[in-house]
Parts: sequence; C-alpha cells; structure tokens
Amino acid sequence: MPRFDYNAPSTLDEVLALLTEHGDEGKVLAGGQSLIPLLSMRLARPTQVVDINGVAGLDSIGVEGDTITFGATVRERQAERSAVVADRLPLLAEALPYIGHAAIRTRGTIGGTVAHSDASAEIPCVVAALDGEVLVRSTRGDRVIAATDFFQGHFTTAMDDDECLIEVRVPAQDPAAGCAFREVARRHGDFALVGVATTLTLGGDGRIAESRIALMGMADVPYRARAAEAALVGAEPTLDTFTAAAETAVADLSPASDVHGSAAYRSQLARVTVRRALTAAGARAHGESA
Amino acid sequence: MTDHSIELTVNGVARSGAAEPRTTLADFLREELTLTGTHLGCEHGVCGACTVLVDGEPVRSCLMLAVQARGTEVTTVEGLADGATLHPLQQAFMESFAFQCGFCTPGFVMSTLALLRDEPDADEARIREELSGNLCRCTGYQSIVEGVLLAAQRAREEGAVL
Repeated sequence: MPRFDYNAPSTLDEVLALLTEHGDEGKVLAGGQSLIPLLSMRLARPTQVVDINGVAGLDSIGVEGDTITFGATVRERQAERSAVVADRLPLLAEALPYIGHAAIRTRGTIGGTVAHSDASAEIPCVVAALDGEVLVRSTRGDRVIAATDFFQGHFTTAMDDDECLIEVRVPAQDPAAGCAFREVARRHGDFALVGVATTLTLGGDGRIAESRIALMGMADVPYRARAAEAALVGAEPTLDTFTAAAETAVADLSPASDVHGSAAYRSQLARVTVRRALTAAGARAHGESA
Repeated sequence: MTDHSIELTVNGVARSGAAEPRTTLADFLREELTLTGTHLGCEHGVCGACTVLVDGEPVRSCLMLAVQARGTEVTTVEGLADGATLHPLQQAFMESFAFQCGFCTPGFVMSTLALLRDEPDADEARIREELSGNLCRCTGYQSIVEGVLLAAQRAREEGAVL
C-alpha cells in the first residue's frame, strides 16, 4: 500500500477543511471495502486519507416524512438489520444481501458504495431505481443531487474533490407497489454480470400504472430503462408484456465484452433477468409473495 | 507518515503497538502483535482467510487499517481454544477433517462463528451461501461444510457454546 497521512477528524467542519486543503490528493475513508483494495493494488495513491468514521451523527438511518435517510457511515449490515428499511424500502432490503459477503457488509457503507459509483454495484442501481438523492457538502455549501445526475460514469460522480457525501436520501416505496431485485453472478458475492431493480404499481383496473426498471452492469452508470418503463404503463401485467418490456429495456444498450462474458451474453442475461424481476414484482403487486 | 500508537483489546487482553497508517489490521496482528493465526491470502478482500471479529462482527482484517481498530475488541482464532481444549467449532472441524493444508481454516472458523451465532439453525444451503466468501484452494469444501453442520448440531443438541 502506498504511504499516506491518516486524518481522523471528529467534526464535519474539520473533514471539509481537509478536503478543501488537499483537493484531489485527499480521499474520504468510510467503510473502506472499495478504497482499501484500491490502495492495496496501488490503483489509488492519495497522499491524505480522511477517515470519517469518528464524525458523530453520520451513522444513523432516519425518516423524514416519506424519505429514508442514510448517513455517510451507515453500514450495509446495519441497513440489512433495519426494520425501517425492511418495511419502507423492500427493494433495498432485497438487494442488500447480494453485496459481497457478511464480512464485507459489516464494514461497507451505503454512502461509500454510492460515492464509489461502481457500475456493477447493487446500491447505486436501487437508489437510481427509486429516484433517490445524494446530499454532498463542502466549505462552499450543500448540494442535493438526483441519483440519475450523480452517477456520471464508472468510478465517476458529480461530486467535486472538496465535497463529502453526507447522506443518501431515498423516497419510501409505495406499499401497494410490487418490487423485485435480481442479479446474476458466477458465485454468490462476486461482482454481478447483470442486475436489475424493478418496481411495479397496478391501477384499480388491474393494469400497470407505473413501473421503474434500473439495470446494473449494462452501462457505465445505473441505467434507467425509460422506454420500457413508459411502454408498461396501461398494459396488462402478463408474461407477454414483461417479455416485450425486457426486450425494449435492453435494446439500446451496448454492454462490455470481457473475460466474464460477451456483450451478447450479458444482453441475453439482462433480457431474462428483467423479465423475471418484472414478473416477480407484478406478483407482489397483487399481494402474493414471489 | 509517522507511526501511530494503537491500543485495542485482542482476545480479551489489552494490547498496544505502533503502525504506519497504511498497515492493515491483518499485518498489525501478525507482525506487531505476533498473532500469526490470522492468515493473509489475497490481501484485497476476496479470499476471506484474514477474517476476524471486530466488536463481535466478522471483518476482513486486510480491508481495515490498524489505526481504525483503535479502541475495538478483536477476536482472532487464537482466542477460541481454552488452553489445550479446542473450541467446539475447532473440535468439529478437526473431527470432520475440515481442512487439508489449513491455510484458509482460521478464516472459515471465524466466519462460521459469526454465522452460527446469528443463525444457529442455518441449513446446508445457507451455510454454503455464507461461506462462499471464504476460499479453500485445496477445494475441501465438502468436509468444511460437514464440520460446520456438526458444530451446529452439537450446539443445538448438546448445548455446546459457540
């Protein structure tokens, strides 16, 4: 691991002052489950590491009206065990166990995985599907950034070097809506080849009133399949409908080919995974379990 | 980039040492505290060999800086046996031949300890899923799972305390 100075401030003001002072030489350390491997492999070489774990008030899951808030140091394991998450963000609750392994989730944070912006990561995909927001702060002030604007590319976000992620804000799900998270990985806990987060709301006439579809691993950011979402509105929740929506969702995407799978294989996985997720979400919207 | 002093509790004993910021908890345990039971395989969070408990939770000690462990309570594989008497989990692993070369064993034992504490009734599928985060290069998974199942059964039927 390259040498760096370790800063462990106890207040947010000190964190922001350090980030302002050091610019792109400074790096925030939260759970460390992405940053420390990057340091170990010398893919990141910051000269200043700013550990925010000692800052009070960042480790809570809160409820503000219909928004669930995750402070920057809330662990994935903490969210996994949260009654609020289970009750109001079932899509997130379903996605959490897919992240790495237990010994990763005990350290890894919701805020960290959002700030890291790995295109194959589960939480960014869920936050994008649910139209979440990210609160960032610097000595210049606060910004609230919509998830769809926040993720700009693989490992790239709308945050500036002097900004620190403070909170991830996710609107509570409609209790009547069905939702489903599905992913395909070679082994449990590996980085997924493809994943999808969906919600589905039915109208009083039994037709689809609203749907959200976000894909991970298929582009360099979590991809909202807007055309497929729009096409579902007003349709009957049938297998044919979901199959057509899955086709539409994947149509415009050009996933990467690599040692883990060809572009054609990923696209096929995505079609199947979207169809299955929509089918499960549709069944849950009827009140059945899938 | 000077050394930081680190005070923590390891296996119930107050310990202290010094480490550079870039020293991982795993290296600190092994080299500064000479607790070499914690093994380092991949050094980037993939193999699970370095799993220890930090404040009761399983953690990959290669993915945590030693300076971040200040004030915590760490449990390593050395903290399990009571003198010459193996911990029930170690005993079950031994009887099930749940190791070949033994390199991955401390990580499997510590991961299993947390799993069976949280889910004493975990079935084989659940055990396999949870232990997918630990790699055995001898591929001795069958007997490892048997060892975990034996320990879980004894905990349920004989009240062995894991």
